[in-house]
Amino acid sequence: MSIIVRDSGFEIDTWESDGGLFIDLEKYGQDVAEREPTKTAIDIPNDVTVESLKGLFESAAMIRIPFPSFADGRGFSLAKQLRQQGYAGRLRAVGHIIADQYGFTRVCGFDEVEIDDEMAKRQPEDQWIARIPKQELSYQKLLMGERSLRNI
Amino acid sequence: MYNYNQFDHDFVRNRVKEFRGQVERRLDGSLTEDEFKPLRLMNGLYLQLHAYMLRVAIPYGTLNSRQMNQLAMISEKWDKGYGHFTTRQNIQYNWPKLKDTPDILDALADVEMHAIQTSGNCVRNVTADHFAGAAADEIEDPRPTAELLRQWSMDHPEFQFLPRKFKIAMTGSPNDRAVTKAHDIGIRMVRNDKNEPGYEILIGGGLGRTPMIGKVVREFLPKENLLPYVEAILQVYNLNGRRDNKYKARIKILVHETGIDTLRGWIEEVFKTQKAHHQAPPAEMIEAIEAQFQPPEFDTAKVDEDKLSKIISADPLLRSFVETNVSEHFDSNHSIVTISLKPIGGTPGDATAEQMRIMAGLAEAYGYDELRVSHEQNIILPHVRRDDLPEIYKVLKEAGLATANVGLLSDMIACPGMDYCALATARSIPVAQELLNAFEDLKVQQDIGPLKIKISGCINACGHHHVGHIGILGLDKAGVESYQITLGGDGTETATIGERAGPGFSYEEIVPAVSRIIDRYMDIRESGDDTFLDVYRRVGADVFKDALYPEEAASA
Repeated sequence: MSIIVRDSGFEIDTWESDGGLFIDLEKYGQDVAEREPTKTAIDIPNDVTVESLKGLFESAAMIRIPFPSFADGRGFSLAKQLRQQGYAGRLRAVGHIIADQYGFTRVCGFDEVEIDDEMAKRQPEDQWIARIPKQELSYQKLLMGERSLRNI
Repeated sequence: MYNYNQFDHDFVRNRVKEFRGQVERRLDGSLTEDEFKPLRLMNGLYLQLHAYMLRVAIPYGTLNSRQMNQLAMISEKWDKGYGHFTTRQNIQYNWPKLKDTPDILDALADVEMHAIQTSGNCVRNVTADHFAGAAADEIEDPRPTAELLRQWSMDHPEFQFLPRKFKIAMTGSPNDRAVTKAHDIGIRMVRNDKNEPGYEILIGGGLGRTPMIGKVVREFLPKENLLPYVEAILQVYNLNGRRDNKYKARIKILVHETGIDTLRGWIEEVFKTQKAHHQAPPAEMIEAIEAQFQPPEFDTAKVDEDKLSKIISADPLLRSFVETNVSEHFDSNHSIVTISLKPIGGTPGDATAEQMRIMAGLAEAYGYDELRVSHEQNIILPHVRRDDLPEIYKVLKEAGLATANVGLLSDMIACPGMDYCALATARSIPVAQELLNAFEDLKVQQDIGPLKIKISGCINACGHHHVGHIGILGLDKAGVESYQITLGGDGTETATIGERAGPGFSYEEIVPAVSRIIDRYMDIRESGDDTFLDVYRRVGADVFKDALYPEEAASA
């Protein structure tokens, strides 16, 4: 089972039980008519260019970006680019992310992080809550006025 | 000198608190060893051959006496009473205990210092010309920009998990003392044809296993665009740099494989977006940073040069010190003093707590309370009155710190090598020491003139051997140390990667081999001003190869 981490804490993932679908990017263009846009999420790989997603991502209710390893930081830049290109839907990071990175995901534009049970047990809720970004301690906000990203 | 504001204090203290928590969470199992590793690295803590090593940031190599005294205190309280100044203008402690490190970080924060991002796959400590703000040849002090970049890179949410480490170096002078062409980003302060200040930006330089000279990606960048442009470079690198092979993960490989022109196009595209989405730093912040790097209020009393010159010529050792270790300051009453941390027989870059305190004391008494660490592992007093030179020399001499060898053969760079480092494949420090013993006589060194020998104990090239006039690379050949020589390297504005001379030499053979190169140079130079590098560039490698491999030369 997956746990969703948000600023409010841990939640059980209800996307699929509520009728939502995760569609791989390569299949996203197919059977569009049979899907309800508000119930459709795209799974994009982390080596895709945002340029190549234009015309697709705007309609997605959710985009999910994978972190195959917590040391692979491409997802941070990808999220930031999607937000800068105007994506306003739900943005989820999924995979090997550690609590210490939660703040980075949020500042880069993710709304939430999807982790597995093992991680949720090993790094319980309080460790994630402790890493809600402290905007008052951000040099980037101070210097550049990070203003493009939502929900912060 | 940059002094922390309340924000900087809060940021650094919070970071120490976070790290303290991470150490505890490693011990209680919340973090696996794999997960803890990059977190400790981005707080400066390495696991070395025998113990942990803590690398403390000295941003752009600038510090004051209070900070130097604290570094001395830390070395006594939590280490073995000495520290090692590095080619990244940092200081490393080789023997701290994991459990003590949060306390050490707190002690650093007490004096406005930290160890953040001195390691790990993130933007590292920004380095700059060690003569910045003092040199006679400077266009503009690079340190306000370096400080801006330090702040920008701190805990940057997007760039903490890059494909590999990322190093930025800056110079404000046309004479490049910061090796900017061997960094991931090199920044030179320039003026455009309207005489407006800006930056020339190079990317893709680096040493290591695949040495490359940086390429110009932007000839002129207006100052206010620096942060969005650097963001653009980092974003392109983060998304496109290779992650399949750590030895091909630096931006130099991306530049090499993609081509500078294509990459420039990508960066410019992202730059447009970054500019649109970010504000320029508030003018008052920039002004507040710049104000802190104003030169000190110099004592304007005219130095009696005649009297000084008599004192200097009366003492041959003092004279040799002044000739070798003292450089021109932009203010004619002042000079720049380089304190050599390369005593004959010592470990390049090491200083004891007592020596640190003496250098701090000199800075306080005679140097407007300022010190620098150079990438050549020496300590600089950037502003001293010329009539204080004899007294400064006297104090240094008593402390064993007056070696008059700056820029000479014995002013070597050597990495820690197999004596400390887990990656090393050969010893470096003993080779340096034996070379020093072979050329012990400073008069001989002065006769040889400017010569940069740089020694790395493995292919990762921490000793910068590629840019040594004579570079030495220690390798492991079937369990035996083998030292390869490169010739003609140069780390300045005329940066060049040294050329491999031929087969390697054993540990016993390497010092005689270097001696043969130097003998050949002495034989063929036209005068004392004809430097090794000049001669090498004029006559080419073959003349020196013949000296290195006499048997082959004889049979050819």
